[in-house]
Amino acid sequence: MSDPAITPELVRQHNLTPEEFDKIKGILGRAPSYTELGIFSVMWSEHCSYKNTRPLLKTFPTKSPRILVGAGEENAGIVDIGDGLAIAFKIESHNHPSAVEPFQGAATGVGGIIRDIFTMGARPVCAINSLRFGPIEGGGNAANNRRLFAGVVSGIAHYGNCFGIPTIAGEVYFDASYEGNPLVNAFCLGVLRHEQIARGAARGEGNPVFYVGPATGRDGLAGAAFASRDLTEESAGQQRGAVQVGDPFMEKLVCEACLELLATDAVAGIQDMGAAGLTCSTCETAARAGTGIEIELSLVPQRAPGMTPYEIMLSESQERMLIIVRAGREDEVKRIFDKWDLPWARIGQVTGTGQMVVKHNGEVVADIPARKLADEAPVYHRESSEPGYLKAVREFSLTSVPVSADPAADLKLLLAWPGIASKNWVYRQYDHTVRAGSVVCPGSDAAVLRIKGDSLPLGPANGSVVEKYIALTVDCNAAYVYLDPYEGAKIAVAEAARNLACAGAVPLGTTDNLNFANPHNPELFWQLKESVRGLAEACRFFNASVTGGNCSLYNQSPNGPIDPTPTVAMVGLIEKPAYITTQWFKDEGDAIILLGDAMDEQDPMRGLGGSAWLQCLHRLKTGSPPRCDLEKERQLHNTLRGFIACGLIKSAHDCSEGGLTVALAESCISQQIARETPRLIGANLDLSFAVTEGARLDALLFGETQSRVIVSVAPGDVVKVVERARILGCPAVKLGVVGGSELTIKAGAWEGKWPLAELHDLWWNAIARAMA
Amino acid sequence: MNFAILQFPASNCDQDALHVVQNVLGQSGRFVWHKENSLAGMNAVIIPGGFSYGDYLRTGAIARFSPIMQAVREFAAQGGPVLGICNGFQILCEAGLLPGALIRNRSLQFRCEHVFLKTATHQSPFTNKIPAGKILRLPIAHGEGCYFADDATLDQLEKDDRILWQYADANGQLTESGNPNGSLRNIAGLCNEARNVAGLMPHPERASENVLGSADGRLIFESWINWLESRMTQAA
Repeated sequence: MSDPAITPELVRQHNLTPEEFDKIKGILGRAPSYTELGIFSVMWSEHCSYKNTRPLLKTFPTKSPRILVGAGEENAGIVDIGDGLAIAFKIESHNHPSAVEPFQGAATGVGGIIRDIFTMGARPVCAINSLRFGPIEGGGNAANNRRLFAGVVSGIAHYGNCFGIPTIAGEVYFDASYEGNPLVNAFCLGVLRHEQIARGAARGEGNPVFYVGPATGRDGLAGAAFASRDLTEESAGQQRGAVQVGDPFMEKLVCEACLELLATDAVAGIQDMGAAGLTCSTCETAARAGTGIEIELSLVPQRAPGMTPYEIMLSESQERMLIIVRAGREDEVKRIFDKWDLPWARIGQVTGTGQMVVKHNGEVVADIPARKLADEAPVYHRESSEPGYLKAVREFSLTSVPVSADPAADLKLLLAWPGIASKNWVYRQYDHTVRAGSVVCPGSDAAVLRIKGDSLPLGPANGSVVEKYIALTVDCNAAYVYLDPYEGAKIAVAEAARNLACAGAVPLGTTDNLNFANPHNPELFWQLKESVRGLAEACRFFNASVTGGNCSLYNQSPNGPIDPTPTVAMVGLIEKPAYITTQWFKDEGDAIILLGDAMDEQDPMRGLGGSAWLQCLHRLKTGSPPRCDLEKERQLHNTLRGFIACGLIKSAHDCSEGGLTVALAESCISQQIARETPRLIGANLDLSFAVTEGARLDALLFGETQSRVIVSVAPGDVVKVVERARILGCPAVKLGVVGGSELTIKAGAWEGKWPLAELHDLWWNAIARAMA
Repeated sequence: MNFAILQFPASNCDQDALHVVQNVLGQSGRFVWHKENSLAGMNAVIIPGGFSYGDYLRTGAIARFSPIMQAVREFAAQGGPVLGICNGFQILCEAGLLPGALIRNRSLQFRCEHVFLKTATHQSPFTNKIPAGKILRLPIAHGEGCYFADDATLDQLEKDDRILWQYADANGQLTESGNPNGSLRNIAGLCNEARNVAGLMPHPERASENVLGSADGRLIFESWINWLESRMTQAA
């Protein structure tokens, strides 16, 4: 079969501009071959090259004394957690594949991120995820949204459960902007010793290059390029073949075999074949080492007959790894991979030429300077302009919104609103207890994982590992980001850091997933630019440097762009197991204290801008979102952690969607003892202190003023906590007492009373009811 | 005591089992690879959870043919104690060492949650130290954990006092809502006629330390060690 001629039309189909094509010709000193064109198109896609976002990403704080491998250096960042131990973690999107084929799209998203972690030499020990879909209640498009939601959740469950990794935290949102373009962001964390860090570099001229893992097929052809375009119905249909098929069984074996091999010191470099498959892994490893690499495609194990060089180089078949072995140590690769019954093949060697040379039956089909291909993709400084809709957002005022006639009914509606309702329908499908390390399971502000000897890859001294406790959370209220990208992005970071503080943790680092729409649209690019400004500022503030992440642009369906969604996953360290704190009230008679302000008097929207209350009760997604004063926020976290360290805090729960009242209700109903067995514990509160003449009660109850946490303390500790908090500059006020079988809230002349069993049923079963 | 923990391709609770054996119970243990064919020197065998051989065809269906399972058969025939947890239970049923089968959960979905278990008999190596009336709280994590057998088999199991654990509510009542997967007669675990081979779907190894929210699983392992020690004393 002969290759097609390189025409302007073919170049366009490869998503390359005429200028980019000229640049390719400049690099090669000639026109590219068909295979080379394919290679450039995937390597220079947004997914692989960050060509539209690189200038923005440079503004993130990426250094800290704890960071051992920084953002962009390798497949994942690595952070020191003390005692010679480190964690590798990263989040990555699989949005477009999941839109087309939710089960496999989500499953391979999990598989890809797990590979990124064990490629670093770390043992993957937990997963979390952030998901977004269109609304799932009612008829019409909701049926398709439910299909996507159910498919994605079962895909994640299938892959993670079989691999044997606990999926211990996450978030799920539903909004019309995600209809047709759901978001699936998967995160994985692994553990290793400092000296076990592996590099994705093709070091050592003459070292053999091995391919390990299952054979290459035509699945997932050019997925990276697919992910870097707008999603249309037509493209979804055509691109079904761009979705890979995952095999978690194979991944488990490849992971164990790779960790076993890495323990032998026979490996000079290792990289997974993820996006852009063999292409990306060969040119990136050579570029990192400053070497060249030469491979022979006829040696690559192939699943389909008659595959062309173009297809082999661009295939995204799953669970494959590229390993550069120290010359003379080849037998160790063979021994270990034979033990695991895994295919392996020696397909080439490292050279000193700096060229990526691809041969097929001896004939050269690609010959490209590796570094120029991997590192010199064009960089675009896109135009940006403030979106027109923001004027109306800023002008929106509460005068047009009727004051709630029945706040007691509003709380019930909010608890059953899928964005707020318990996500147990999701996480009960994920194995979240495997590996015997899940100390706080899904359902509290942050999950807590114990790290112990067997969390590490094979090593000589795993018996003497000092146990560690880390907290994980992933957050982003995209409605806020839509209404004010800078402030909303700051809040995403602040909320993540607050959730960690509530669990008793200090932030170690952040990985972010920038899910945005088409960057060629200046208004949409403005959202991205402003969000990155907010993220960078807030990450710097909380000492939570960015260790890596992922950009997913072109998230829009024919209905329009998604809400800008910079998902923030943050990992923290809990110094002592005694500090681990959960969100639910513990004992009758404990005092309930609000740390933070009852309301932000400077906010004309009183915390209701972009709130769940406005969205759920009035179907309005507008108004300026609450402000986040980072200094105040940090004060809150430090105060809370200080109290936790003194043993004063029995529970801590952050106020987010639904405000104070939802946070209080969740503190009463969110502890689950076992199947069908919640532990319900009531509370009696008086908010009258915050009621002022003419002020809106709904804003006090459901406003989402930032920088607030509900804590409970032993009755004898109230004075100590309130006074010390004030000295530390953190507002604190006692709201009431834990106990009884009802939630009772008094505010001036108004009183709300709810039986807990009813609130729990609404909150716990809402999503299962919508999905039934 | 010397515990063998079998390792099939894609076993994934093997490390958890070894952790509990060594670090929680202070016993010795080692992994035994599925291609091995001897259990010489071992006092007890754990077949851990996971997705052996990817659970292709049927859960546990391929694992039963592995070389190590022949050794397990011989070990069990000589009275050696074997406990299958989750996928290990499925493998023991497929191998014919335990009666019945584990089919898809009634919900048709994977389920991970804590459940309550009533100990139906204390006459076994795995339940003898569990206090009378104690309701165990253990996590489950499976998609195919619905215990199924014909009525005659179920009646026989009851008659022989071979049902070890049943799904229950917090008060030990065998309710429908306490049953997470539709198992017949709420069966969560059972043993063979000789009482030395048992299987259960819940994970005692994930609930043997207070830091994990429940240490009830430890009672099962402690029963086992107690039984092994008294057997050794008798032999001596």
